[in-house]
Formats: sequence, structure tokens, C-alpha cells
Amino acid sequence: MIAVDAPSELLGRALTLHPQVALRPEPFGALAYHYGTRRLVFLKHPDVVRVVRALEHHDTVGDTFAACEIAPARHPAFLRALTSLSDSEMLRDRAG
Amino acid sequence: MTALVEQLKSGLDAPICLTWELTYACNLECVHCLSSSGRRDPRELTTGEAKAVLDELHDLQVFYINIGGGEPMIRRDFFELVEYSIAKGIGVKFSTNGAFIDGAKARRLAAMDYLDVQISLDGTDAVTNDAVRGNGSYATAIRAMDHLRAADFGPFKISVVVTRHNVDQLDEFKALADAYGAQLRITRLRPSGRGADSWHDLHPTNDQQRQIYEWLLAHGDHVLTGDSFFHLNALGDENLPGLNLCGAGRVVCLIDPIGDVYACPFVIHDEFKAGNIRDQGGFTQIWKSSNLFTELRQPQSAGACASCGSYDSCQGGCMAAKFFTGLPLDGPDPECVGGEGELALAGVAAGTTPRPMMDHSKPPPATPVSFRRK
Repeated sequence: MIAVDAPSELLGRALTLHPQVALRPEPFGALAYHYGTRRLVFLKHPDVVRVVRALEHHDTVGDTFAACEIAPARHPAFLRALTSLSDSEMLRDRAG
Repeated sequence: MTALVEQLKSGLDAPICLTWELTYACNLECVHCLSSSGRRDPRELTTGEAKAVLDELHDLQVFYINIGGGEPMIRRDFFELVEYSIAKGIGVKFSTNGAFIDGAKARRLAAMDYLDVQISLDGTDAVTNDAVRGNGSYATAIRAMDHLRAADFGPFKISVVVTRHNVDQLDEFKALADAYGAQLRITRLRPSGRGADSWHDLHPTNDQQRQIYEWLLAHGDHVLTGDSFFHLNALGDENLPGLNLCGAGRVVCLIDPIGDVYACPFVIHDEFKAGNIRDQGGFTQIWKSSNLFTELRQPQSAGACASCGSYDSCQGGCMAAKFFTGLPLDGPDPECVGGEGELALAGVAAGTTPRPMMDHSKPPPATPVSFRRK
């Protein structure tokens, strides 16, 4: 679980998909399944899937948004989605 | 109705929840058995065929499978298949009556990752449970639970089919699960398999349905239901946790012991058979393009329920429950909380309800007949 005070704080963090999580592409986006917690989560937009997959290749969440060309107006919604994925342990902090 | 639920109704690239009954053989003869199990079918999949199915499910990125039966642990290759599945990254949850879980097997199960065990129990005392599941089955289940606890398995599941006779025990089931560090799972009784004959005596009354709904609103976050009680959502403003839809052929399906693929575990009948995994193209082709599944993914008509204000909440209920009680699929569920089902049932002519297929029940015990020479 990642403690997040305000979603915007997430912009500076380095996140990655939890190693026990598998993503399966679906017409609406993707399904994420956590083999440890047995939780299933729906990623309801292809852009969210793109961002989630890209997280590990960029230093911060903010950099990932830039690289994926997510318009600033959409940042709050994406930060909420990523916060919820962190809360369910689908994402976790990347060491180093 | 959310956009996501609409998406799910039009189907997924692979099932979320795939049930695989490994064998029709069973040591018990539960009166509500959804697959009329008892005797092994000589056509059951070989170990090699079963592994080929797992290879396909791996390629489809199926995250986990629900293994059942019959009693799946009767198969001699049970552990071989479970280990093969887990090694392929397909988690396994299996349902068992516990008869074959001794100390050694419990330790073997506890040592595996991505494995969940579900012990079936339909009463918190032997009298209530054994009336449905057979003499001695309560003691058998408790012994298996003791072995799992002693082996430090962790939170296994206790799986209950809610009936008229155990509905008052929901608090006790929860306490029993808590005492074992287990998780409680309760599901809806369907008139499927041998349940077709016992459903009228076992299904909860209308008052009891409200009792279940209220109990789930109070405890639902900590109790699994397989999202099977969504027909109760019409009882109030608040929906029960979970996906509020029939997933048959859309997010759910069944592979039976001989490889036949059905829309869900509760509809073992030719009407809902999409194909056989031994056919050309295998499971993948059945899931992606069988006529039946394609049809189930089309928008469904609310039919007689269209004028009812609760249709968005209850979605017309369960397809299997309607089918095996002789009701039209585009009308009320037999347990419609608005009472429409009861009215509809009264109009079903005797002898016209479809019979479940693939009956593997054991023959009744031989009764002595005396012959006398004239």
C-alpha cells in the first residue's frame, strides 16, 4: 500500500506494476489480476493501460504522463485511477 | 447501468471465471448436485487432453480456474493437473467435500502458491448438512478443515449453498469460518442437475430472500457470493457488492468432464452447449465464435419484465433458474422478489419443464425381490 496525501503528490513518484500482477488486454482496456491478493480490477480505458505499462520506463508518474501525451486536463482523472490501483496494491513504489 | 457492465455483456476476449468439472465421479450424492454427479463417465478427458486445455487457457491469459466435479480429488491425476496449471500461471480454486484431504494432502496443498480450497458445507450442524449432502458428510468436511488448519494452509473457503433450512445459520457459518481463519462463501441454490428435483423443497422462501439480502448488505464486504444473488437487488435501493449481471457465455463458462463447454455451470443441457474442446479449434474457437456464445452476447430482451421498474436492479435474474423451472428466459426469475415468479410457476404445465442432461447419479440401491414358483 502506498500512502498518498493528495493525488498530485503522486506525480513525483516512481511507480511500477506489482510483480504478481498480470494485465490482459480487453476491448474496453484491460483486466488486471493480482495473484497475491486474488483481486481483479478493470482498467476501463486503453490510455490508462498505456500509462500503467509505461510507468516502469520513466522516472516519475509525471514523466510517464508526458511520454504518453496525456493532456494536463486529464491528469486528475488519471491520478485518481493510479491512486486506486496503488490502494489495491496493483501498483507499488519502485526502488532506486 | 455502467459502461463497463455494457462492455462485459458483449463478452470478453477470454473468460474471467471458468469452471472446470474434472470428473462426474463423486463419493457423495448431494440432493442438489448441479451436475447430477455420482459415477465417472468413460469419456472423461485424459491427462494429456486436460493439459492441452490448460495450454490453451494459458495462451488466452486466463488468470485462474475453478475446479469442481463430482469430487475432483478422486481423479488420480488431480495433483498433477493442479501443479501443471499453477506452473503455467493459471491459479486454481477447487471445490471439494474434503473426503480426500488427510494430513499429508493438506500439507501438500498448503505448500502450493496460487491455490485456493473451497470446502462445501450446507449446515453448521450434522443434521442440517447431512440432510442435503448425505450421512457423515458434515464430519468429513470438519475433519478436512481441521487438517487444513493444522497444515497452516491459511484462509481456505467454506462454501455454502443457501437453502430454506440453513438460512438461519448464516451468522453461525460466519462464526465457524472466523474460528478457522477461513473465508465464507455463500451461493444461490439453482434447480440444476439433481437440484431440479429438490429445488421446490429447498429454495428460500420470499421472506428468507429478504433475510439473505439484508444479511449480505451487512456482511457482504467480507463474504464471497460469486455474485450469485443479484436477483435480490430489486428488494432495495442498495445493490449488493459485485457485478450485477448474468455472466453466462460472456464472462463465465463451464467445461464439463467430457470436454463439453456450457454457458455456465448451472445449465448442463444441450440447449446451452456451445461445443466440445475435442472439436477442431478447441476451447478458444468455442469461446470466441460459437453460435451460442455469440448469441448470448447480443443485447437480451427484457420481455415480460420490460414494464417492471426493478429490471435494472435484478436484470431478470438467472437464466438457469428460469430454464429448469420451465419459465421463459425473457421473463421473471422463479424467485423474483416481486412475486412474479411464483405467479409464472403456477402457469407451468406439469411435465413440461426441461430435464437436466448428463445424469451420472448412482443407481438406487438394489431392493430385494422375492420370486416364488407357482
